[in-house]
Amino acid sequence: MLPDSLQAEQFAGYPPEARKLALAHLPALRRLPLSFLPSLLKQIIDYDFLFPAERSAIEQELAHLSSLSEEQEREWFHPFSSISLPHELENSDWINRPGQFVEQQSAYLWSTHQQDAFRKAATDYGSRLQPLIQPPPLPVRRLGIAVIGQGVDSYDQPLFENLRQHGTYFGRINPSNGLELLLAAVADRAKTHQIPYAHWYVDGGRPAGQFPQLTTISYQMLQPVRDALLRNIQIEIRRPGMGPEELRTHLARLTPGDLDIKNTGDPVLDHFQLKIFTEGSGTQVFSTTFAQWTAREVLRRAQAITLLVRFAPRQRQRPMNELLSDSNEKPELDFIGSLVDADMAAYYHWINQQRLPGSDQSSFLVWFEGRNEALVVAPSLPRGAESSTSIGLDRLLFLALE
Amino acid sequence: MQQRFPENTLSSGLPASELSCPREIAKRLSYNRREFLRVAAGVAVGSSLMSASPLLHGESTRKKRKIIVITFGGGARDQETFAPEGQHNIPHLLLELAPQSSFFTHVTNRGILGHYVATASLATGVYETLNNFAAVPPDHPTVFEYFRKDLRRPSTDAWVVAPSNGFNRIGESDCRSYGQGLGATVILPKHLLSAANSGSGLNLDHLLRDNYETPLYTPQLKGDEFELRQLEDILRLSVNDFMTHARTLTSPDELSVFIAKRLMQQEAPSLLWITMHDIDVAHSGAYSLYVEGIRRTDRLCAELWQAVQHEPEYAGNTTLFILPDFGRDADYDSGGNGFQHHRTGDVASRTTWMMALGAGVRQGVVYDDPVQSIDLVPSLGAILGFSPGQSQGSPIKELL
Repeated sequence: MLPDSLQAEQFAGYPPEARKLALAHLPALRRLPLSFLPSLLKQIIDYDFLFPAERSAIEQELAHLSSLSEEQEREWFHPFSSISLPHELENSDWINRPGQFVEQQSAYLWSTHQQDAFRKAATDYGSRLQPLIQPPPLPVRRLGIAVIGQGVDSYDQPLFENLRQHGTYFGRINPSNGLELLLAAVADRAKTHQIPYAHWYVDGGRPAGQFPQLTTISYQMLQPVRDALLRNIQIEIRRPGMGPEELRTHLARLTPGDLDIKNTGDPVLDHFQLKIFTEGSGTQVFSTTFAQWTAREVLRRAQAITLLVRFAPRQRQRPMNELLSDSNEKPELDFIGSLVDADMAAYYHWINQQRLPGSDQSSFLVWFEGRNEALVVAPSLPRGAESSTSIGLDRLLFLALE
Repeated sequence: MQQRFPENTLSSGLPASELSCPREIAKRLSYNRREFLRVAAGVAVGSSLMSASPLLHGESTRKKRKIIVITFGGGARDQETFAPEGQHNIPHLLLELAPQSSFFTHVTNRGILGHYVATASLATGVYETLNNFAAVPPDHPTVFEYFRKDLRRPSTDAWVVAPSNGFNRIGESDCRSYGQGLGATVILPKHLLSAANSGSGLNLDHLLRDNYETPLYTPQLKGDEFELRQLEDILRLSVNDFMTHARTLTSPDELSVFIAKRLMQQEAPSLLWITMHDIDVAHSGAYSLYVEGIRRTDRLCAELWQAVQHEPEYAGNTTLFILPDFGRDADYDSGGNGFQHHRTGDVASRTTWMMALGAGVRQGVVYDDPVQSIDLVPSLGAILGFSPGQSQGSPIKELL
């Protein structure tokens, strides 16, 4: 079936808000090419569980698509219409399983050497659309904080190398009460600017306190979910016919209930937590990967105004000779490796923050926990500079937001 | 807005312009590699040296010639290797091997960026479209089939050492005029380890995982008996000796190099293909493990080259090719997650390098002209004297 044959009753399986949204824009959906539409439906079908920023973006996108003239439609979608797809994909249930369609389409595009053309079409589409989407107004400049190196006694290699050209390095930080000061400042911002899902605290270990003003996620809190997921996978991979792609499809269909995610009364957050583990590679195994990927998704999806990520040491990857030595010891932690992981993750945190609206005014602070080193990227501070000023983290944060 | 698709319009602070001109980025990557080699390793730029070929083309030379191909896998980026900030990760490639090599700074992979399918493409000279996660043979004849059929070489003369079960069909295609019985013997060290270890009660799931792209899934192969026979009959290793040695190694790629060296001693194949894979631990998202994998692979490449110098069958008549199957996603491409994957098809993930050194190769020369990864097979054909008729690449003139 092609999009021009879409009927309202075919959206009966969608959650209520998603169905309402799709039906409100059905004429526009009918005019979209098949190589494009399922990726849009993939978002629409999740609409009930999206963050406010995502909802606003997709509502605006659909409104723009509905308002395009025939000529504009041709211009916008000609590159997508030029993509050829096989009948099997046309005949698949792309309305109710758009995610599966997108995955299969991607494999097909790679195998038919159309991936580059699709990538260009998608990039051009994003460029046309982005200026038309009005982001929600920012009540305060965006702030990212990464706290790295928990538990590291000493480290003699340079840190923040990727970020130094963008900000100011501080080598004489007073670390006293540093974490408490940063968390208190973040909680204060949340209290002052009360917006749902705008202020986050992600911890790669156990949270350093309770902060009702913040949306909080931690690796330790979600251990039961990780355990449930790994059990689920072990069962699935023993099934006949199961392969990597089938497993991915299975993971994409899991619901929070399948993984014993406690009903927090917040279905949006429940779904977000689920996807961190079913869509993120390595999030189930390494706490540093969990923290990095969660930060990426918090920024990409929720467009957080405040995000503090604290990295914790991950388990050590055991070398082959240890695995062959018949030792069932619980793997110890890799403090230095985790610091290196987190240093890179902090750089990605900043990159992902810079993709969001208002980036020219946003601030970013990374601190080597408990130590004297930090770096700030902020409009008020010079790039590629070093400061020898002795300074506390409260004062540093003030400088970052000045 | 939601980033359903990659964007090319980035906010301030990010080099949006880089994303808008892939050709420029590829050229810059290539230029950076060249400049870095020029400064760090003292190599020359190649165009001025094109007139004089040092290669010998006589039949007698071809008969003695040995070729070893190492895929520097699975996928490493410039900034962790040949860019200035990555230099400390590859001291052996840079300071020992590059000065002896012809270095190609601009190798493009236009195919599917999955490790099995990309390695199969390297081995056939055609951008294969097979399922990356299925144990299926390539559609087109492999370099091993061309080599053995055209030059009438025995099965013992072409070997593949590959990391995981997914590569077990890479030795020969299902092409009717080539195919069964004409390919390379594939040896899978991790599978061998699993077979040798069966019944011990050790849980080696983590070690034996097949593919970092799908770390939670390991396809099973049958044929333990065959693998153990390989161990004893061909490598002349008892299971006990093999396990004892394995216990001294830290990674699967170290095991692969151990097996490769053993093959060189026992069988002295003329065509030996080794696929490294430790680097692909990057899919787990742990940057430190990815960099550790690069450093190990760098060391192992040098170790193998040293072994070549010490093996009478190989010393002085071996040409070694080292190349990644592809790169990894750039930090700034919003469709990916930086070093972790190779899913975007961006320039960083498609543009790599190749190093050729040893017999018949100019030393300390850098070439910037773009070549494709599928040009390897026709180049090997021209060097060894076989005709890869179905390959879609072209011989690299600088190697002839």
